[in-house]
Amino acid sequence: MVEEVFETFRRWIDNRHDYAKAWKEKTGSRIVGYFCTYVPEEILYAVNILPVRILGSHEPPTVTEPYIFAMFCHLCRDCLAQGLKGRFDYIDGIVEGQSCLHLRQAFNAWRLHIPINFAYYIHIPHGIQNPHAIPYLTQELAKFKKNLEDWTGKKITNEDLDKGIRIMNRNRELMRRVYEYRKPDNPKITGLEAMEMVLSSQMVDKEEHSKLLKKLLEELPSRNLNRNSGVRLMIIGSEDDDRVFMKNVEDLGATFVVDEHCTGSRYIWDDVAPHEDKLFAIASRYVKRVPCPSKDWPEFTRVNHSVKLAKEFNVQGALVIQNKFCDPHGIEIPPLREALKQIGVQTYPFEFDVTVPWGQFRTRVEAFLETLTGLEELF
Amino acid sequence: MMLKKMTQTKEYPTEPLKIWNEGKQLRRRYYEDYLNANEHGGLRWAGGAWSFSAIPAGLGDDVYCITGEPHGATIAFFKDFTAKCHEAVEAAGFPRTLCAYMRNYWGSILLDKYILADGTVIDNHPTPDFIWQDHICCSHGKWYQVAKWLEEKKGKRVPMYCVDVSVGYPMDKPLEDYKINYIINQLDDGIEWLKKVTGREYNDVLLCEAVWNEVKATKLWAEICALNQAVPAPLDEKTMYSLYVMGTLMKHRPECVAFYEKLKAEVEDRVRRGIAAVGNERFRVITDTQPPWGFLKIFREMEKYGVVSLGSLYTYGLIGMWKYRPDGSWIPKDLPPAKPKTREEALKLIVEWTVDRPEWAHFYLPEAKTKMILSIVKQWKADAVLLHYNRGCEGLSVHIAENRLGIQKAGVPVFPFEGNMGDEREFDFTGTLARLTTFFESMGLKKMKK
Repeated sequence: MVEEVFETFRRWIDNRHDYAKAWKEKTGSRIVGYFCTYVPEEILYAVNILPVRILGSHEPPTVTEPYIFAMFCHLCRDCLAQGLKGRFDYIDGIVEGQSCLHLRQAFNAWRLHIPINFAYYIHIPHGIQNPHAIPYLTQELAKFKKNLEDWTGKKITNEDLDKGIRIMNRNRELMRRVYEYRKPDNPKITGLEAMEMVLSSQMVDKEEHSKLLKKLLEELPSRNLNRNSGVRLMIIGSEDDDRVFMKNVEDLGATFVVDEHCTGSRYIWDDVAPHEDKLFAIASRYVKRVPCPSKDWPEFTRVNHSVKLAKEFNVQGALVIQNKFCDPHGIEIPPLREALKQIGVQTYPFEFDVTVPWGQFRTRVEAFLETLTGLEELF
Repeated sequence: MMLKKMTQTKEYPTEPLKIWNEGKQLRRRYYEDYLNANEHGGLRWAGGAWSFSAIPAGLGDDVYCITGEPHGATIAFFKDFTAKCHEAVEAAGFPRTLCAYMRNYWGSILLDKYILADGTVIDNHPTPDFIWQDHICCSHGKWYQVAKWLEEKKGKRVPMYCVDVSVGYPMDKPLEDYKINYIINQLDDGIEWLKKVTGREYNDVLLCEAVWNEVKATKLWAEICALNQAVPAPLDEKTMYSLYVMGTLMKHRPECVAFYEKLKAEVEDRVRRGIAAVGNERFRVITDTQPPWGFLKIFREMEKYGVVSLGSLYTYGLIGMWKYRPDGSWIPKDLPPAKPKTREEALKLIVEWTVDRPEWAHFYLPEAKTKMILSIVKQWKADAVLLHYNRGCEGLSVHIAENRLGIQKAGVPVFPFEGNMGDEREFDFTGTLARLTTFFESMGLKKMKK
């Protein structure tokens, strides 16, 4: 049963477009593509729109050069490539929640060059550590809600928003409960499986996803992975959906027991807390959530959160990932590594591109794992 | 018509700018004032060229800033020092793909060296008393967050305040009040923060003066740039870099206003007398984004073909303030109706003025920048656009590929070239020059002098 659930997650990712088209056919509802997890999906679910995250395909880029200068990250170019190749031809709109200049470009190029009915940019504040961010975002969300109402012709009530909040909170909570099974000495799931669980949640109907999570949680306690979990690793950094890398590393005698990615824990860690003003409640969640480093100043709260995760999940070593040209994550690498070192967690940095050179990376990962485990052999 | 223009060999009179040395002295004094501020009981702060520099001015007349981008550019101009900065930053574990100005700045802290405008490198990087920044791109807030972190590692605690301006650009209509108020509220809080971290009283009269200075200086710079519509152009872009920089260093100070008033009078006089920046001008181009600062000689190479670079949206609109007239022409923005008299008026004025900055538009809307570039092409009578795909600055390179498409669509010759404003390892001077001269030759130009 557990294996079937993970197989379903995998299938949803691999066949994300087929899933979405079938969903649309079945429900007759609209689908919106979004680029960043700062898009408040609660409001989209409130109006029965399916939000699907636009991610790349990890194929060498061939079509984006005229639209985005190649010194911007591979994620934004790969996302745009999916649109230019017509792979998201079923979506009715695109929405971006302000995060970085890179994805802003993917959004704008999509808006300008790919026919779409609805393109909306939400100015999610960057100054999340200042007290005016929540009231400001509340108004920004009210404007977004109004635009959605105009587009769909449907009034979004408080009950609708409650529904959206409930769907999102439920899904996040269930996934966090699954994360708990990564804490034991012999984790019940691998890092790859965890990534596929979260990734698939960004691509399918959350209610359907949650049903599967519930089944998974019933079965997980008795699961035996039948593998040596090896070194307990953490993976931290830019957007990362490189499943091949995850599998390859775990095949070398390690398990990713936790992550700090927007395709992982950062997406699910915080819920919308109840408040009579529903938009205020949603705004509070998106301001207070574990931040993308682009918004995390003047204090390094994400670094502190990563340290906390590393302790909670008893991490031995961490791989720090930067998507090439991703400045917000690149800037934080030394402070992050230093903070983890202070609690005895060794780190190794990797620069990711649209494809990764596994041959070279394998040697580096093996060397890193040896530094974490090989001392007894040496002495 | 074009061919006739390409083959004409008319020589215009040319002469150096009289104000040149005054500008150099002003710039030198700026860096020295910052360096020596503490010796005289003054304060120094660090932040970006776009930060709301008029706000700390309310702390007194003895408050001096160093703005990170011009400082990063100064470092870049002196390539040996830049290389050392980059080595230090990479040794500290930062990726080499980050903003080049930021890396120059951090490198300076890591090396504990400070460079003056003339290239003199002195020991001991001066630590600011506080950081006053705004976050305009992925790096601006993070830049000083790390600067603060690096100072802390040296045992120095530097308080930091950073203003979030990410509310969008007023393309067709003013921004909604809640967006403007979001920034105003942060500035209001910021004033209380400044009082707390400096222990000083805050003077609203000085604030109002500084805001009004900034408004005047940024309008004046636009008026100076507008004079370059004349044929021959009275200024060339390489020279303009040394002039616009005052606005990036001290846009809120009376010295900046006085300098631009004097400069404007001199440029008007040059236009009246037909004084050219480039004597053999026969082909007019504009560029885009910061140049590769270590290779400004490329502009002199262009002059050998009779090419004058008139400026760019970057040189005109980074500091200069502009607006569209109903007839579609792009002109210097009017001064606000009255000088602010209260803190409330001053903050509202400076926020509304700042979010309307032309160079802010492209951060959100590539089509807004394309429109401005095409207005410059038309009104400044430019024959081509040279787009610097600048690997050193995400902020000014964002959407640049879209701009290229828009310029091409309008039928304007466009030459994109890749480089880096602050990291010489990413600019191929010889290769770029070879391609550029081929481009000029394709435009019918021939080299006029060795």
